[in-house]
Amino acid sequence: MLSLVPQFFVSGLLTGSVYALIAVSIVLVYKSTRIFNFAVGELLALGGYFCYSFVVWFHFPLWLALVGALLMAVVTGLLVERLVLRPLLGQPLLTIIMATLALSVLLRGIMLMIWTGYDVAFPKNLLPGKTVVVGSVAMSAELLWAFGIAVVAFATLAYFFVKTQTGLRMRAVSQDHELAMSCGINITVVFALTWVLAVILGTLAGSLMGYRLALAPSYTPLLALKAFPAVIFGGLDSVTGALLGGLIVGIIESMVGGLIDPTMGEISAYILLLAVLLIRPEGLMGLKRIERV
Amino acid sequence: MISILSVNQIEVSYHKVIQVLKGVSIEVREGQIVALLGANGAGKTTTLKAISCLLRAEAGDITGGDITFMGKRIDRSMPHYIAKTGIIQVLEGRRVFPHFTVEENLRAGYLGSSGESDIREKLETVYSIFPRLPELKHRVCGFLSGGEQQMMVIGRALISNPKVMLLDEPSLGLAPILIAKIFEIIKRINDEQKTSILLVEQNALAALEIADYAYVMENGRIVMDGPAEKLQENEDIKEFYLGLSSVGSRKSYKEVKHYKRRKRWLS
Repeated sequence: MLSLVPQFFVSGLLTGSVYALIAVSIVLVYKSTRIFNFAVGELLALGGYFCYSFVVWFHFPLWLALVGALLMAVVTGLLVERLVLRPLLGQPLLTIIMATLALSVLLRGIMLMIWTGYDVAFPKNLLPGKTVVVGSVAMSAELLWAFGIAVVAFATLAYFFVKTQTGLRMRAVSQDHELAMSCGINITVVFALTWVLAVILGTLAGSLMGYRLALAPSYTPLLALKAFPAVIFGGLDSVTGALLGGLIVGIIESMVGGLIDPTMGEISAYILLLAVLLIRPEGLMGLKRIERV
Repeated sequence: MISILSVNQIEVSYHKVIQVLKGVSIEVREGQIVALLGANGAGKTTTLKAISCLLRAEAGDITGGDITFMGKRIDRSMPHYIAKTGIIQVLEGRRVFPHFTVEENLRAGYLGSSGESDIREKLETVYSIFPRLPELKHRVCGFLSGGEQQMMVIGRALISNPKVMLLDEPSLGLAPILIAKIFEIIKRINDEQKTSILLVEQNALAALEIADYAYVMENGRIVMDGPAEKLQENEDIKEFYLGLSSVGSRKSYKEVKHYKRRKRWLS
C-alpha cells in the first residue's frame, strides 16, 4: 500500500497542473475586473470542443488543432468581453457575476446544439511518446504532455506579467482602476486582454482534459468545480496561489482517492478548503491589504 | 502666452440629477501655474475630473459647455486618450499602486512605446528631480511615508512628459515642512520642464505663493479670479482663506458676526 504513495502523488501532481490552468484563468479575471467568472467551466469545455472539431472534422494534426483552438479562444474571449461584460461596465458587481452565470447556461445550450449531449472522444494515440516509468512510478504520456504544456503556459504568463509593459499595466489595473485610468492605461483594452488570456488558459485545460477523458456538455464544465477550491485555497487574488492550489487539489484528490476511498477523493479538497478558510480566510497566498497607520 | 487648456462654462451633474458644476470657466496658459481654491465640496476635484474625463467612471456627465486643449475639443474623449495627448491628473490622496515597488509605479505611468532605453532615460529625469526616489526604488509603495508617496505620485505623472499637470491637493495630510518642499518642487517642475500646472488646493497661502493666476470656487461656481498677487492682497481672500484680518493679525472667532456679513458675496 505504502509503495503506491509516490505513484498517486505524481499522478495527482500531473493532473493538478490542469486544475491549476483553470484556477489561474479564474484568478486573472478576478484580479483585473473583480468578477468571479462562473462560466469558466463552459468556456473550457467549448475550447475542448473546438480542438476536438479541428481534429475530427477537419483532420488537422493535434498540434495544429490546438493552435486553431487557441485562436478560437482569442475570438471567444474578445466576444465575451465585448458582448457580455462591456455593456455591463459600471453596473453593480453582483449583476455582472449573474451575467457570467447566464453566459454559462447560454454556452451549454450552444454546445448541446452543435455537438449534441453525447460524449465525444478524441481518436486515441495522437500524442507521441508512451508511458514513462521511473522506479515504481508510471507516468502516462498524456499526463506528461499536459504537465509540460501547463508549465510552458505558466512560464510564458510569468514572463508576460513581470517583464512586459503590457503585463505591468495589467497588474496596475488589478490594483486600482481609477488610478490606472489616470495614468493613461486603457482599461477596456486591459479587460479584453484579460478575458482573452483567461479563455486561452481554459481552452488549454479543456483540450488536455478532453483528450485524456472525453467531452460532454454535461460533465466537462464540472472540471471547474475542482478549480474553485484551488482558487480559494490559494487566495482569490494570487496567481501563484492559484497555481499551487491547483497542484495541491490534484495531489490531495489523487492520494485520498487512491489510498483511502475513491469517493472520499472527490470531497477531500473541499474538506481541506474548509480548514484553510478557518485558519487563513484570505487563502494561503492572498494579498493582505496594505494599510498605513 | 497662449492659452493651452480652456474650460468654457461647463456644467456637470452626477447620475443625471445632482448638478455639481454650474458653469465653470478656467483658462490655463502655457507655462503657467494656475491655482483653483475653494472649500470642501466646492467642485474643485470635479472640475479636474471633467478635464481628465475620469468623471465617466463615476456616473458624472458634462451636460453643458466644452473643454479645449491646444485648440481641440476633449470633453467627449476617454481618460487614456487625454493622458496620451498630454494632460495627466495626479489624484487626490497620494494614490499609489500599493503592491508595486517605486520603480514599477513609475513605469506604470510611462505612456510611450519606444522601449526600455527610453523608459530608463525618463526614469533618470524623474530621479534627478526627486533625489530621494532612487534610494527607494525597490521598496513597496504601500509602505512608504506620506511625503515619499506624494513625491512618487508626482514623479509618475512627470514620466510621460505632460504638457499640463492637474494636481489635486498635493498638500493633503502632509507636515508643513513637507508641504513647503512639495510646493518648491512643483515650482521647479514648472520652471525646468515648462509643464503648465492646474493646482487644486485648500492651502491657499501656499498655493498663492507659487501660482501665477488663481480662481476661487464656491458651490460649483467660480466666484473670483485674478492674478495671484492681486488675490493675495484681496481683503476677502485674506480673511476667508488666509485667516488674516486687515491689519494682518489673526482673526478672532469673537467677531464671527462680522464674518457672516462679509461672506455674503460668496453665496
